[in-house]
Amino acid sequence: MYSFEPSEEQQMLIGVIQGYAKDALRPAAHDAEEEGELPMDLVERGWGEIGILQASVPGDYGGFGDRSAVTGVLAAEELAWGDLALSLGLMTPNLFVVPILLVGTEEQKKTYIPPVIEGDWQPYTAALMEPTFDFDPMDLGTKAVEDGGEYVLNGDKAYVPFADQAKAVIVYANLDGQTQGFIVPAETKGLVVGERQKLLGINALPVFSVKLDNLRIPKDNRLGGPDGHEFAPILDASRVAQASMALGVSRAAYEYSMEYAKDRDVFGVKVAQKQAIAFMLAEMATEIESIRLLTWEAAWMLDNDIEDASKQAYLAQFGAAEMAMMVTDRAVQILGGHGYIREHPVELWMRNGRGFSTFAGIGLI
Amino acid sequence: MISFEMPVPIANMRNNVLQTIAESMMRSVSRHFDTHEHEIPWDYINFMHTATSSMGSSMAGEGADEEKKEKKEKRPSIAYQQLAVIAEMLSWGDVGLYLCTPGGMLGSAAVQATGTPEQKKRFLARFRGKKPVFDAMAMTEAHCGSDTSAIRTRAVLDEKTNEWVLNGEKIFVTAGHKALVDSEGFIVVWATIDPEAGRAGMRPFVVEAGTPGVSVTNMEHKLGIRASDTVTVVMQDCRIPFDNILGKPTVEEKTTKGFKGAMATFDATRPLVAASALGLARAAFERIKELLAEHGVEIRYGLPLQKLTGIERDIIQMEIQLRSAWLITLKAVWMADNRIHNPKEASMSKLRGGDVVTRITQKAVELLGPLGYTQDYLLEKWFRDAKINDLYEGTGQINRLIVARNILGYRGSQLR
Repeated sequence: MYSFEPSEEQQMLIGVIQGYAKDALRPAAHDAEEEGELPMDLVERGWGEIGILQASVPGDYGGFGDRSAVTGVLAAEELAWGDLALSLGLMTPNLFVVPILLVGTEEQKKTYIPPVIEGDWQPYTAALMEPTFDFDPMDLGTKAVEDGGEYVLNGDKAYVPFADQAKAVIVYANLDGQTQGFIVPAETKGLVVGERQKLLGINALPVFSVKLDNLRIPKDNRLGGPDGHEFAPILDASRVAQASMALGVSRAAYEYSMEYAKDRDVFGVKVAQKQAIAFMLAEMATEIESIRLLTWEAAWMLDNDIEDASKQAYLAQFGAAEMAMMVTDRAVQILGGHGYIREHPVELWMRNGRGFSTFAGIGLI
Repeated sequence: MISFEMPVPIANMRNNVLQTIAESMMRSVSRHFDTHEHEIPWDYINFMHTATSSMGSSMAGEGADEEKKEKKEKRPSIAYQQLAVIAEMLSWGDVGLYLCTPGGMLGSAAVQATGTPEQKKRFLARFRGKKPVFDAMAMTEAHCGSDTSAIRTRAVLDEKTNEWVLNGEKIFVTAGHKALVDSEGFIVVWATIDPEAGRAGMRPFVVEAGTPGVSVTNMEHKLGIRASDTVTVVMQDCRIPFDNILGKPTVEEKTTKGFKGAMATFDATRPLVAASALGLARAAFERIKELLAEHGVEIRYGLPLQKLTGIERDIIQMEIQLRSAWLITLKAVWMADNRIHNPKEASMSKLRGGDVVTRITQKAVELLGPLGYTQDYLLEKWFRDAKINDLYEGTGQINRLIVARNILGYRGSQLR
């Protein structure tokens, strides 16, 4: 049977996150972006109060729940509605835990997951993206080769959150044409953290370029064990996460511009009473609702192992990236000149929105 | 609990019965009924009459039956979800022929939405008879379309005979000829019982085939959906029984229940029109992908956006539009089945469906280059068929207006 209603448990979770996003993330977003500084107290608070990641890890590995992509997309939309950079910061340990949970060996799960999720938020991260125009997560430039019972990794990575303080990093590399993850402790020789990157948006999130210079890693650290792992589940999880965060950003921009339009006087009426504006808002609302359902369906397909779930996740990410641009651009347009001023958040949402066609593997649920 | 699993009875019907009908009874004769405008597809009609009686799945039957069943079994209805899947699948076969499906369409929807239980029985029973029967909805007049409250067709009560006397002219009545001339059907005519009262005076009336004073005066020649008749209906001192009024016979102070009845009808029918639009869109989408594959163009799903070719981007965008529009349509009918007020979602699905089918069919013609423009393929026909979906049952603009009023919390007077 079809149903478009989140469960009671999910609705409660949504409610809690909405409170956090509204009271904690949204008020902090502007200054965090301007100063390029993630307010770690808020990240800690979100980690402790909401515990989204902890709730998607089974008790055997130190958590208290089961992972559900549907719950994940519901949560991620609400977080990103508060602020994208801050939610990516909060969710950075997901980049390390979720892949291990999805495709790691039993031993890897038992070894690596509990230290991350028991206790305070800690910088664990992953390195997937690369600084080339033809970057493709399924065809990485970073190479891994086997050498004397170890793997040797060489290449350049980019957009690595918290690389400078990370305790461990999952590094993705091309091993015989397959994208494979390697669990790399921070102190490993050859893991060279470069400059912090300045981006079009999400500047509160510290992201770094990273060089892998003849990095040698024991075979046991290959994600999924000696035979490795499928990469699709990780990419799929990243895709629906990004789609849902694009929804959060878009909804924020849509709501803000709608409230503005209902308040702004023009020619004796509110500007929202003009069809030129009202129709834009109607189209934004329709776009958001349609892409939300596409994202939910993709997540539901992933949770239920339905054929073509990967393709659906890809479609959701693609559609959400376009939606984010359409909606945030219009939000700026509706505010007119004011939309271009950094006092209002819509220009930041527009900058953040542009990222969804680029981001790969920097959000995971 | 969120779920996208198609209910089993619907899935069975779709994948077996409907798929076969769409392929063998519809696709096969698509071109014929496009080039022979106004020829009636009796083979399809007679077949569907038998088939739908056994499936029990039309606007006329299912709604009422389901309501009873629901009370007994206390489970939510899936009637509108089923109708949406039927509309989608048959329109995938051929949308012009789909519009010729007997057994209750928009007229019945109006009876379902605004009639009393007695009226539902009296008017809808005919669809279960031996012969195929049609219905239609008559709203638009020559001087007004989207602005439905401006209609001039007049209904006056003759207190001596206790009959309504209807006078006026309706245009663009889909399947009106089949409802009034080719079968013992009926049309639902929207008329005013008090021209001073505006919306508050609007009422739907059931005018049955064979009623003296009603006649079909013109059949339109159209861009597409040529298998479906679109007619002008004139009522000249057309007398109908008092009980053929759907809703209250008097105008009360400041109530717009009649108008709201029309709108409630649209909440039910708009997602079904969207579903029909999306069936057509899927036909064009699947066909263009097939044809491209035949010419060696494979779509590399999963590739980063900046590495895709133009054709790949187009196809992927078409697929996103198609699927997301279908899901919002599904949500709108799911809400209707669960008795959740759905005007916003109904209009969203309709505007999205209209946009998507228009864009997809346009793109399909474009992507096949010089071949796409020829009548060697159905793509050019589908391009013509598609546009009606952005026009009937509320233009894309009217539906934008409705969505806008809903999200902004504005009344009609605040957002005109």
